[in-house]
Amino acid sequence: MTTTASTTHDHPDFLAHHWDTPKQQFEAGKLGMWLFLATEVLLFGGLFVGYAVWRGNHPELFKFGSQYLDTTMGAINTVVLILSSLTMAWAVTCAQRGNRKGLIIGLLLTLAGAGGFLGIKYFEYSHKFNEGWFPGAYFYDKPSDRSHTWDDNLPVPGAGQLVVPVPDTEARSIEELGLPADILVELSTVVPPGQGPSGLEELALTDTVHTDDHAEHEMHALQREDRPANAHMFFNIYFMMTGLHGLHVLGGVGVMIWLLIGAVKGRFNEKYFTPVDLGGLYWHIVDLIWIFLFPLFYLI
Amino acid sequence: MASESSQHEGHPEVGHVVPVRILFVTGMGLLALTLLTVWAASFDFGNLNIWIALAIAVVKGTLVVMFFMHLLYDRPFHGIVFVSSLAFVALFISFALTDTFEYAGDLDPGDAPKVVEKLNVLGE
Repeated sequence: MTTTASTTHDHPDFLAHHWDTPKQQFEAGKLGMWLFLATEVLLFGGLFVGYAVWRGNHPELFKFGSQYLDTTMGAINTVVLILSSLTMAWAVTCAQRGNRKGLIIGLLLTLAGAGGFLGIKYFEYSHKFNEGWFPGAYFYDKPSDRSHTWDDNLPVPGAGQLVVPVPDTEARSIEELGLPADILVELSTVVPPGQGPSGLEELALTDTVHTDDHAEHEMHALQREDRPANAHMFFNIYFMMTGLHGLHVLGGVGVMIWLLIGAVKGRFNEKYFTPVDLGGLYWHIVDLIWIFLFPLFYLI
Repeated sequence: MASESSQHEGHPEVGHVVPVRILFVTGMGLLALTLLTVWAASFDFGNLNIWIALAIAVVKGTLVVMFFMHLLYDRPFHGIVFVSSLAFVALFISFALTDTFEYAGDLDPGDAPKVVEKLNVLGE
């Protein structure tokens, strides 16, 4: 171990000095990559747990919000990502066979797929931002630029609603509750006594809501009378999960460019293709996660 | 392509070369399954919808992992590492869901108070 890498017999340039054989170096790198992929699964796993709990509690949010995702765009993106996975796998095979031209073409095609995916995602996101479908409380700001119908004369369902915490009570009317008489309200929901955390029952009081013949599906989400309570939660988890995935695609673009530079410089051959192999593994896990995100958000 | 396949097929010094033909068939299978899942989503099977979608996604994922990621030809230990992480995610989801379904009946109806505040501004 005292000799330097360059003078050791049978110690090629690509072999780092702390490894004895190329096989040892390759296997260590590969194991490290699979351990990293396991942490990636666990990273997204936390979000999938959140998804499952939210959807379990509020299936109506996911049914409603999913209508505002473009299934065609999602399906095209799935196809684009699968094709780019195929070209990446082909690039790895080319690298393993010392086919430099094939490797460069494969990496370029994979880059094109990554760019296409991000481009389509950009159109999807900007459409949602234009409609004002932001995550969190921003979802309920007055949207500025809209393609869905917005009628200024129509009340926003849920607006003017008062949520009044009341203690355990047998009251079934405003009068019985003893609220000020100048509040013009209609009693919509009374949580029966004894349900929910003690003393925290809420009484929802709403303005009389106009009924209108507007085509519900073309209305802006905030003006649809069938908008479920807290509809923003769907967009919260949609942006969180597809956003984290999108960042991974962006990271993949960086990896591809780095591999492409190496390929053009002729760094890889049939004896040394580890970076291409490991970069490929990363790209496939990004594809794998999208394979689950697509049906869970677009196909509800 | 013909000259490529004659070179050290499947037996390099390290790793395993997966022939282009197998990669291509895998890719086509993935595209077909994508069509299938979109088509299946146009029918309403009730509670089965999500399980059908997930089953197709699992088949697609298996194809990606086995052929694109070479796990079928790789060291079994890499498979153990990867499947363990999936098993833990499944465990976390199922345990979280047992609690979720316990409380669903007791939720207070209506928008959250902060949402109502925002909507009141919007309605003016």
